[in-house]
Amino acid sequence: MPEAVPVTRPAPQAATGPLVRLNSLKRYFDVSPPWLARVLEGKPRAIVQAVDGVDIEIAKGETFSLVGESGCGKSTVARLVVGLYPPTQGGIEFDGMDMSVRRGTADNSAIRRRMQMIFQDPYASLNPRWRVFDIIAEPIRAFGLASSKDEIRQRVDGLLRQVRLTPADGAKYPHEFSGGQRQRISIARALASRPEFLVCDEPTSALDVSVQAQILNLMMELQRDFGLTYLFISHNLAVVYHISTRVGVMYLGRLVEVAATDVLFRRPRHPYTRMLLDTIPDLEMTGRRRMPVAGEVPSPINPPSGCAFHPRCPFANERCKKERPELLAAVEGASVACHAVEEGRLPAEERSYVSR
Amino acid sequence: MTTGANAPLLEVRHLRVEFPTRRGTLVAVDDVSFDLAPGEVLGVVGESGAGKSLTGAAIIGLLEPPGRIAAGEIRLEGERIDNLPYEKMRRIRGAKIGAIFQDPLTSLNPLYGIGRQLIETIQTHLPLSASAARARAIELLKEVGIPGAETRIDHYPHQFSGGMRQRVVIALALCANPRLIVADEPTTALDVSIQAQIIALLKKLCREHRTAVMLVTHDMGVIAETADRVAVMYAGRLAEIGPVRDVVKNAAHPYTRGLMGSIPSIGERGHRLTQIEGSMPRLTEIPTGCAFNPRCPDMGERCTRERPELMAARITQAACWQYDAAGVGTKARRETVDA
Amino acid sequence: MAFVDLVRRAADSDIWYSFKSSRIVVVATVVTLLTFAMAFLAPILAPHTPFDPATLNLSDALKPPVLTGEDGSDWTFPLGTDEQGRDVLSSIMYGTRLSLVVGIAATLFSMVLGIALGLVSGYVGGAVDAFIMRLADVQLTFPALLVALLIDGVVRGLISVQRHDEIALYVIIGAIGLSFWVQYARTVRGSVLVEKGKEYVQAARVIGLSPVLIMVRHVLPNVMGPVLVIATINIGLAVLTEATLSFLGVGLPSTQPSLGTLIRLGQEVLLSGTWWIVIFPGVTLAILVVAVNLMGDWLRDALNPKLR
Repeated sequence: MPEAVPVTRPAPQAATGPLVRLNSLKRYFDVSPPWLARVLEGKPRAIVQAVDGVDIEIAKGETFSLVGESGCGKSTVARLVVGLYPPTQGGIEFDGMDMSVRRGTADNSAIRRRMQMIFQDPYASLNPRWRVFDIIAEPIRAFGLASSKDEIRQRVDGLLRQVRLTPADGAKYPHEFSGGQRQRISIARALASRPEFLVCDEPTSALDVSVQAQILNLMMELQRDFGLTYLFISHNLAVVYHISTRVGVMYLGRLVEVAATDVLFRRPRHPYTRMLLDTIPDLEMTGRRRMPVAGEVPSPINPPSGCAFHPRCPFANERCKKERPELLAAVEGASVACHAVEEGRLPAEERSYVSR
Repeated sequence: MTTGANAPLLEVRHLRVEFPTRRGTLVAVDDVSFDLAPGEVLGVVGESGAGKSLTGAAIIGLLEPPGRIAAGEIRLEGERIDNLPYEKMRRIRGAKIGAIFQDPLTSLNPLYGIGRQLIETIQTHLPLSASAARARAIELLKEVGIPGAETRIDHYPHQFSGGMRQRVVIALALCANPRLIVADEPTTALDVSIQAQIIALLKKLCREHRTAVMLVTHDMGVIAETADRVAVMYAGRLAEIGPVRDVVKNAAHPYTRGLMGSIPSIGERGHRLTQIEGSMPRLTEIPTGCAFNPRCPDMGERCTRERPELMAARITQAACWQYDAAGVGTKARRETVDA
Repeated sequence: MAFVDLVRRAADSDIWYSFKSSRIVVVATVVTLLTFAMAFLAPILAPHTPFDPATLNLSDALKPPVLTGEDGSDWTFPLGTDEQGRDVLSSIMYGTRLSLVVGIAATLFSMVLGIALGLVSGYVGGAVDAFIMRLADVQLTFPALLVALLIDGVVRGLISVQRHDEIALYVIIGAIGLSFWVQYARTVRGSVLVEKGKEYVQAARVIGLSPVLIMVRHVLPNVMGPVLVIATINIGLAVLTEATLSFLGVGLPSTQPSLGTLIRLGQEVLLSGTWWIVIFPGVTLAILVVAVNLMGDWLRDALNPKLR
């Protein structure tokens, strides 16, 4: 059972505007068969609507988590935010600046320095041929943040210590470290440019549970020490519950519900959110009842009409099949995209997770 | 050899699995013993490198060379199965022991329709004609919840989604009515909502067919939902074994306690998760005495010398000197490096 | 410091262990190294200078190798002489050197070209990739020898014979190099496609590094493994190709004879009973190519994790 050591979290500052804002962000991938195949076999074009209109605001200092199952588009959102893909439509604003505006390399560099990313796979996220020192020093060198070799060495050693490794580890290669240690190296690399905003794509999903605890604790400490803002992608609801201030639930490229963590977990509104929360394992051994789960996530190439969730939803009606619901504000600062909730057919359900 | 209605279905005694390498012999499973009652679900949980998958593989007889069973006995319904020649073991595998592996993509042969794979397995172990076997295959597919089983039986694995494929794999494992199913991480590769469905299905079917399940996984949540008893492995050894509720809520072994504490749970927030310092030792560097001693908050001097056996500890059994009359000896400090 | 560390790591590695335990490979490597030594130290080791007309003496012509001749030829010309009095042993040494120079240089050229094209093709993708791969496909329909012949022929047609003799070496190296780049390009492209998806490359992109920097600094070190295997085997192939071209008479001119040229010259007098002029260069060529190929085979198996 977790020890009662409370962690003070800096309050999100609403006054200066959000640090990151996503406006109707869309990203489509063309996965059509080659032209020849289409002509000869009559196969249609296939477009994956990976992200289909997402609006999010992340305030400075908060931890915003995106949850969902495979194919929901959360990883694609992460990559859109750091610029690994260009958006098909819509925009990203960082600290009030529109990311799609063309800028000189120096300005681009200045913005990139302030946001970094941590990846899921500890084995593929570090170049196996580089020494750890060079891996961590790369952002420092690329952004010109240190002028002499000594200064670089000082900074790298400091970063290694911050993630609970030793300066001697800088001389080693990634394969000499365990998964958890590699993730620490990734975190050190991400912090090397002194960013304000970190996008974390399932950083602990590939780790053992006890290692995950170490990394999560480390990330929370670093957030407190450096005033970082996190966009945290995960499919593990318990982890999300533990570290987030606000949570967004995605399904087939769309946001279905956004709310503060407590609100989302105690009074889930959207039927998919309820279903997801039902899948959290009952480690408190409460023997709680679960809503029967039906069906599987449909293919993102051919999403259902209207509300993407309607084939699996016990509350779907005719309108749900035809009309796509908008993300509307409900009470308590929650936003839900559901006709049933909008029409008042589906009152919020109180949930408690306390063991008997 | 035990017989009778209450006799255990599976008895594992002092199992030892070794890997000879050019740098010496690695002991991956070290003196592990447990029983499995008919119809019971035993969870074997542990982190990577703990040896749980190898234990399962040893029981099914699918250890990859150069790994081999170096010592110990495995008995199924009283008969030894660890020293059988290949042909005999092959017949037992499938007929008496079914297997479910992690990746449904590679568990099924992509070149054959699932119907053919099912029928082939059924006919290998049961004396049925082709049409009777096909009828039984369709029945099994319906039982595991594949809609439109009569048509889908001729489809290929790639035409099914991940969750559906795993259902087919479960059907395959059940087709010859085995007494025991060894499932190695059956839901890890699936989405959370599908995981819940598959776990529920497995539970239901095994209860109906009175099949025992040895469920090997690192996911404590799956164990909490499914298992009757759970065995916790650490560095190739059994740390604790007992009824699932007691192990999860009130573990006796310090490792299990640390493990349960590191899992974030819904209930209280914002706290620092319990953190076990250090990391599981590599197989080449297992400490003398209790394998957990460098990381243990309750470590004593005796823990560095003598390796503890499983002993009664409150309700469960734990391999920890705290529960021995003589205790752990004088407490000591230790230095650790984080994982 | 770093070098000592590297040597220590290499000595402890699995590759060194697998090398030591295969006797054939050790022998092959020793043979290769000896051949290299013999060839590149030819000016020091060779007992004669066969290509300096001033030292030749027609009275030494067509002497059989030691121990075989009726009139008990001496150790001055251990492997005999050819019809101009040139010592066969020294000819082989200098010839091997030339063959190796061509072989290694051509391999290096095709390696650099192939890696560069493969990197660009794999990393940039799209139309560039399609274009380069179609180019590769077209070239693959021609046998490498034919491509080399073609290039050599074109060059000969364009410039005078005299000028050609001067630059023949470079033309041959270029021709052979151009006929072999495809293998490298395809292998590198395949590896690049795999590495491109890995997260360390994405991390470099997040930092904002240019594609060229990412290709060279991050991706290239990780795709070199299979390239080295191909290169080792290709040295043998390049030597053989050069020998074939010289044998056909379209390779290096007779003033700079390689092993292939020697074989051609020897073949012309073979039927009159002077066997030693063709056999010894032929055997040397065979030993060299087999030894290098064995090394390449071993390297491929050693670097293949699935076979271990």
